[in-house]
Amino acid sequence: MLKANNLSQNNHTWLRNSIRSIPPVFYFLIIVFALFATLDQIFADGQMLTNPNIMMNIIIRGVALGIVAIGQTFVLIGASIDLSVVYVISVTSVLSSYFMQGDPANVPIAVIIVFIAGAIVGLINGLIITKLKINAFITTLGTSLILKGIINASFQNFAGEVPRSFEVLGYGRIGPIPISVIILLSITFIGWFILTRTRFGAHLYAVGGNVEVARLSGLRTDRILIIAHVICSITAVLTGLFVVSRIRAGAPWIGPDGVYDLESIATTVIGGTALSGGRGGVLGTLAGVLIFGVLGYSVQPIGSQPLSQECHPWDDCHYRGCQLHHPFKTRNCIKWRYP
Amino acid sequence: MKTDQVKSQITRLITLLKVFIKKVPPVYPTFLVIFIIVGYLNPNYRTFEGIFQFLRRSSPTAILAIGQMFVLVTGGFDLSVGSLISLVLFGSSILLGNDPSKLYSTLAIIFGIGVLIGLINGFSVTFLKVPSFITTLGMLLAVRGAAMYWTGGGPKGYFTDNFRMFGRGYIENVPIFGRFPISLIVLLVVFFFSYYIFHKSNFGKSALAIGDNARASHLSGANVRLIRMLSFVISSVFAVIAGVLVGGFGGISQTAGQGAEIQAISAAVIGGTILMGGKGSIPSAMFGAFTLEAMFNLINLLGLPKPYQDAVQGLIIIGAVAFASFKNRRK
Repeated sequence: MLKANNLSQNNHTWLRNSIRSIPPVFYFLIIVFALFATLDQIFADGQMLTNPNIMMNIIIRGVALGIVAIGQTFVLIGASIDLSVVYVISVTSVLSSYFMQGDPANVPIAVIIVFIAGAIVGLINGLIITKLKINAFITTLGTSLILKGIINASFQNFAGEVPRSFEVLGYGRIGPIPISVIILLSITFIGWFILTRTRFGAHLYAVGGNVEVARLSGLRTDRILIIAHVICSITAVLTGLFVVSRIRAGAPWIGPDGVYDLESIATTVIGGTALSGGRGGVLGTLAGVLIFGVLGYSVQPIGSQPLSQECHPWDDCHYRGCQLHHPFKTRNCIKWRYP
Repeated sequence: MKTDQVKSQITRLITLLKVFIKKVPPVYPTFLVIFIIVGYLNPNYRTFEGIFQFLRRSSPTAILAIGQMFVLVTGGFDLSVGSLISLVLFGSSILLGNDPSKLYSTLAIIFGIGVLIGLINGFSVTFLKVPSFITTLGMLLAVRGAAMYWTGGGPKGYFTDNFRMFGRGYIENVPIFGRFPISLIVLLVVFFFSYYIFHKSNFGKSALAIGDNARASHLSGANVRLIRMLSFVISSVFAVIAGVLVGGFGGISQTAGQGAEIQAISAAVIGGTILMGGKGSIPSAMFGAFTLEAMFNLINLLGLPKPYQDAVQGLIIIGAVAFASFKNRRK
């Protein structure tokens, strides 16, 4: 009897703890969603709730930002910052489509190349930050500018093409669920697992909280930060691969067009990760990304500011307000409809 | 006996020179070297006319860098200056309405907007405790959105001549120099004003102290909130001034002001300003901007493609900060 009572109490605290461990940003997400769904019902055609394609589009549009934001979360927890993700995304998109040239046989080699390139950028970032002791903001700004210069000097616009089979990444579905959403969720899970269930995660929080204390406790702080930067760059590569599979060809403007650097930092911070490091998590970031998605969708019909909220070139036709002014839109609508 | 004296004199001179070299911020020799190379490659830069052209073109960056330095020194960032320039250009194109007599009302309104944006930035950083990176990033997006919304997506009309006068006007028949650009006068006024308040007044000393340790300076009586807010207001107002100058040179363009915040931060950092606060100087920040512009000119003169400007800018930033941190560690 006593044992059972104890057990139920344990269950109770477990439940309470797990509710507490939900980042508060999820409540904010619910509020934002409810608010904009209501506004959508009143001021617009109310398709946000009735048309499942729109909901799906909000989520898919969040995938690109979400993957890189999860990497950014790692870096921010380590009290660092990564502004170079934008051009890692551009470099990935250009290099992958340049090496694929529309031939499925080239896919593995292209993917390997872009992952190596991304890892090298992350490694360089981490090494400069830790070994030369340069502020992370300046370092990654610098590497970002260097990548921008190189990529813009070597490629003008679309380079190469992605084979049809590669588009499965962006457009494929398993049952009703898009593959991209599965990828986002699995990356979120991996990130959550690394941060909360592995030694590296604990060390990363320690380094972000106080580098000096972590170092004096015997951690190799430099190595941990470098690994965090490599992880961040690799997630940027994944985002680049996803975006290029949506657009079907890579171009240097893809990264800056999506403002992935600032938006990934903003979503991470909205998700409760401190810019000063040592606090936060991946789940909050996911909520932040969804908040951005809802806002990005809702601002258009409600505020009728089609230009203040820019469209991605790969927005679906269901995404209202985009086809009017985006140069790629008409092509989008004809060519890249949902399967 | 005599040779010994001479020798000791020489060693004294050398040590003096060493001390002097250590004391001079590295930005001045860097600028001098780059500018001499530029002058060697292009004879235009050997005349007063050419040098004034160069200074005229780099004055908006210099003004932005000085404004940015005020914020950097207190330990913040101001990323909103670039889109503030866009807003100034777009907004004044509408406010002017091709009517020269509306110049003063237009200037008053855009400066009012600048002060307002600076106050909002400062308020949210100091009272709402939002990190300045996030605040000004949000402001960047909001201001760009506002500029687009106000003008319906693109600038309208053209600037009247009396508005463009600030950027491209000259004072004719000045002794010695010939023609003296008005934008350089604006830069000098901004420079002396900021030099006074940063290096000669309590404000500057407190700002440096806050950047070093906000808590300690609060406890020793500095008004941390007021000074932080003022630094944001100064940065925004200087951005408005830079916007007016940019409008004078190039007229209106869709992309004007984009990336200006990055250039301003780079210039301030090249000028020895330390991010997260505590160190900075107005003349160095100004020369940081000149160095950056001279570097861009050099890239142009060497015939490299324009995108390499970015790559070189990135290398310079990392190099400058690496040099500064290396020097600090040796101390």
